[in-house]
Amino acid sequence: MSEEYIIKQLSIFSENKAGKLAAIAKIFLDAGISIQAFYIAEANNFGVVRAIVDKPEVAFEAFAKKNYVLKYTDVLAIKMNDVPGGLYEVVGLLGDLGINIEYSYGYRTKDYGALIAKVENPAEAVEKIKNSGLELLPAKDYNF
Amino acid sequence: MFWNEKMETLKGKDLKELQLKRLKATIKQTQNVGFYKQMFKEAGITPDDIKTLDDITKIPFTKKADLRGGYPFGFLAVPMNQINRIHTTSGTTGKPTVVAYTKNDLAAWTELLARNFTMVGIKAGDIFQNAANYSLFTGGLGIHMGAEAIGCAVVPSGVGNTKRQIEMIQDFGVTALHCTPSYAMHLTEVAEEMNADLSSLKIGCFGAEAWSDNTRRDLENRLGVKAYDSYGMSELFGPGVAFECQEQDGLHIWHDSYLVEIIDPKTGETLEAGEKGELVVTPLVKEAMPLLRYRTGDITMLMEDDCECGRGQKLARFFGRSDDMLTIRGINVFPSQIEHVLKNIPDVGDQFMVYIDRINHLDEMTIEVEMSKSVFSGELQDLSRLQTKIMKALQETLTIRARVELKEPGSLPRFEGKAKRVIDRRTV
Repeated sequence: MSEEYIIKQLSIFSENKAGKLAAIAKIFLDAGISIQAFYIAEANNFGVVRAIVDKPEVAFEAFAKKNYVLKYTDVLAIKMNDVPGGLYEVVGLLGDLGINIEYSYGYRTKDYGALIAKVENPAEAVEKIKNSGLELLPAKDYNF
Repeated sequence: MFWNEKMETLKGKDLKELQLKRLKATIKQTQNVGFYKQMFKEAGITPDDIKTLDDITKIPFTKKADLRGGYPFGFLAVPMNQINRIHTTSGTTGKPTVVAYTKNDLAAWTELLARNFTMVGIKAGDIFQNAANYSLFTGGLGIHMGAEAIGCAVVPSGVGNTKRQIEMIQDFGVTALHCTPSYAMHLTEVAEEMNADLSSLKIGCFGAEAWSDNTRRDLENRLGVKAYDSYGMSELFGPGVAFECQEQDGLHIWHDSYLVEIIDPKTGETLEAGEKGELVVTPLVKEAMPLLRYRTGDITMLMEDDCECGRGQKLARFFGRSDDMLTIRGINVFPSQIEHVLKNIPDVGDQFMVYIDRINHLDEMTIEVEMSKSVFSGELQDLSRLQTKIMKALQETLTIRARVELKEPGSLPRFEGKAKRVIDRRTV
């Protein structure tokens, strides 16, 4: 039910140094992975690379083999109208629904925008969002 | 100016005779210590075998690790009712080294400090601010006693609260200052920010860390003092073992009180004057805790030329440490302590690296550790929390703050044989 909307994001621990991101990108390349969405959270001297990719299991395996520390994180993707106020509409509603966004990032396609959100209880959030008028993008659009 | 001219300038045959007499007495005193009794037995020697100063090489070395093994009172050669003071040095895995003093020891130590201060021109009437740690660190009370003995007005300002320290120098008209060289640099910078007038200061005695001639120039120009290097260690009483004279070219070690050898730290072989090696000291006037051929771990050499001031043979300014002990802001830190702390935190691996830098004249320690795969949650705040946890644990054990950096598993260097986990990037 809610599973079809829960997207597997990769969270990869990374040191913050020159060439690090290139090394990570190379692993995606070598494993033949297509990246759908991508975001880096940075703290002092280290960061967490968050990536939504077409084949998460294959990517996970490729990174684990290279001794990276990584984890799956469940996230949701919510469609946004690509107009001024599109983001406000979505996050405003999420707020009204009492869904707290731990972190989020966005991207835009030709036709619409999308907000990737990490929330506390994804399954519960899915149920609330489904009845709210917001449109969740299905996981199969991301993880094949 | 001399405090005890006869002893300070004693040379040649007279010095050797005194040293031999005192060495024999010291050896006799060591036979009250189980460790030394056993050492002589195992080496197949008796105190009577030491007939000349050169015979000292028949005696094995004493190492810091031996002292730790005697914790707390295993090295005392006198009963506790003759002990007048106990200090400790910072320990490795939680266990410090205890050093103890009889009344005579404290008097002997005080005299050496009085000689040093007089040598650099400090005298009765000087206002002497001692910005050193006054608890178990020998640089607090030790320096204090010496300055009091020569009749200074001593300000026991201790460490920290730099602005207050500067106000005291100004308000009291302090003329002589003792602290670590890095703290002196810090004090200088804060004083400059405050636009404080420290022109009353004339003499600075700086020790407990190795420091460069560049720092000396900086301190002399900016703090307006003549800056003198002070050397000592708690096992040899504390500060005051060796000190620069007004020539500022090497340190006079007090040959009537310390028998000096310089050895190759690898082979133990005795080196000649002019050859750089590890300082090995046999204190000649210690009662409570006599030591024989104590390996200081400090690298220096005996200087060949006589000194203008008329005192005895000098040691070159110190080059560093032969073992892995670090002195960070005057506090001794061993890599083994860091290892011990990290081992108790399951969230990180066993591998680590330590980097020491000098930033704005203060020592900064950065410790790199590897994340353990199993604890990674994928969340940034959990990583920051882990970082803070490691920092707190290190601070608790080392008593100094260290920066902690999380690294990927397998990213830190692995070592075959002896690990080189410490990179000291301070330029001294």
